Amino acid sequence: MSDIAVINPSSVSVPGRTAQAGGLDSIVSGWVNSRAIAGLVIKELFRRKDFYALFVLTALITLILGSVNFFNEANIVRYLKEICLFLIWVASLVIAITTAARQIPAERESRTIFPLLAKPVTRSHVILGKFLGCWLAVGISLLVFYLFFGIVSASREHGVPLGQYFQAVTLHWFMLGMVIAMTVLGSIVFAAPSSNNTIIFVISAGILLVGRHLNKLAVQLQEPSQSIVYSIYYCLPHLELFDVRDLVVHNLGAIPWLVWLGAASYALVYAVLFLVIACLLFRRKALN
Amino acid sequence: MREVFLFGRTRFNRLKGRYLPNEGALEQSSAGVGSSSNSLERRDLGGGDPGFWRRKLASWHRIRCDKAVTVKVDAILKVENLRVEYKTREAGSGRKIALHGLNLSIFSGEVFGFLGPNGAGKTTTMNVLLGFVPPTSGDAFIFGTSVRNPIARQRIGYLPELTYYYKFLSAEETLRFYAKIFRIPRTEVESRIDAVLKLVELDHARKRPIKTYSKGMQQRVGLAQALINNPDLLILDEPTSGLDPIGRMKVREIIQRLKQEGKTVFFSSHELGEVETVCDRVAIMSSGELKAEGRVADLVNQHKCNLEQVFLNIVDYKAAA
Repeated sequence: MSDIAVINPSSVSVPGRTAQAGGLDSIVSGWVNSRAIAGLVIKELFRRKDFYALFVLTALITLILGSVNFFNEANIVRYLKEICLFLIWVASLVIAITTAARQIPAERESRTIFPLLAKPVTRSHVILGKFLGCWLAVGISLLVFYLFFGIVSASREHGVPLGQYFQAVTLHWFMLGMVIAMTVLGSIVFAAPSSNNTIIFVISAGILLVGRHLNKLAVQLQEPSQSIVYSIYYCLPHLELFDVRDLVVHNLGAIPWLVWLGAASYALVYAVLFLVIACLLFRRKALN
Repeated sequence: MREVFLFGRTRFNRLKGRYLPNEGALEQSSAGVGSSSNSLERRDLGGGDPGFWRRKLASWHRIRCDKAVTVKVDAILKVENLRVEYKTREAGSGRKIALHGLNLSIFSGEVFGFLGPNGAGKTTTMNVLLGFVPPTSGDAFIFGTSVRNPIARQRIGYLPELTYYYKFLSAEETLRFYAKIFRIPRTEVESRIDAVLKLVELDHARKRPIKTYSKGMQQRVGLAQALINNPDLLILDEPTSGLDPIGRMKVREIIQRLKQEGKTVFFSSHELGEVETVCDRVAIMSSGELKAEGRVADLVNQHKCNLEQVFLNIVDYKAAA
């Protein structure tokens, strides 16, 4: 051994010993992992039949309604547009909730989460990747739906107010971001996707229908009910704020861009909040 | 099986997040594996061009060597006083201890067999190593990094007991997905996918969805995904479970080849004949405790019987009268 140089073990290129990953590297690898998982979600959605079934259904109804003409009434187009947009809202909610609700339970049930987590992937990356994948996939679906609706509508009205369409699509997409984040959180809490689907549908529909009236209801109540209803009113993500279908239906002017930006930030805050809670819960969740 | 050289050309630098040329500094002879101390002596006596290794080591590690190099390396997988407890739902029992203070060291380049009857704690140990289950106390380290840190898994490959992959993807897409996670450069991805698919003999079915594969083929996809990042440590949970004799032989051949290429393999198995053939060292677990550990030949000589008998003696198997 005397003529053999002994190398300090810490200097040898044994992986994992030579260096610790820096903060920036963690962020980059987190982003890369989430993007890869998101790609998988998008691929899965478009290889399943759900999206095509809903698109064909909406397209058929839109086409039929777009071609009808009752009593030569000029305003009939507005009613038809309203119905078609309502269908698009329902279809997009169905796609968003059912896609997001099955992601984590399916990974756990089919045990594909094990080979995935055996890679340098954290549970938070999985949550973020699933959210991003669902949100992007729903965004693509939304674009397809609105594009089709725009073409049919333009054929009747001979014009497309692009600004209004853009605001309607993006706000709709931001709203779905909140719903998807809420559904991902639900999928950590509720084991069965079906129960999660139902609960999120009820909550979303409830907020869309009565969310804006809760404060009016609170005024009429006695304490402590009043405080409880007010608390719910201020805590709830107000999905109805993103419903600007009237802009498209009645060809109104576009809303101020600052308001649009405020709505986007509002959606972002709620989505991040739901995802952070989901990550915290999922970190402690036993996988078996 | 055809000769396919998979490894030894590239090495992932996880700090920089990219692959670097493998200088072969770790492709040493297996002399000294399993030495009594927790260090491993490895010699590169400079078979081809000793100056080359010296220059490379010096440039990489700022070390100057004169004649030969001896590298002292700690265990690349180290388990220290590992204890895992589970909450049980059975009335009156409360908690179940799955592992009682397990200590284990696995050195670079060895094939380590992890044996034990069902419920002995093998899978729990693997689950801790892979970060699926947090230890109640103690810790485990892969390449000196705690398994609690996900970066510890950058250079390992894992094959689960049963294959669970995305059924809507083909083998090629599955490997591309995992390659993305390991941040393998795009220029290298296709060649690596080709190499691993050839190694596991799935080249002909690479475009078919995994749902159309037989069980043996799915197991080989599992092996391919475990190898996509050119891992230095492979953790295989019963890799031949449920395979036919030909499938088992193929998996065994792959493990042998990985061993020849200097990879470290940690695998659990119930196939003691297979363990005897491929393993350098084994550990035998029972009821969450390590009952025996050592070189296969030493255990066999010590008990003067074959490995199966050694195993049965150690786990206190009593034959039915």
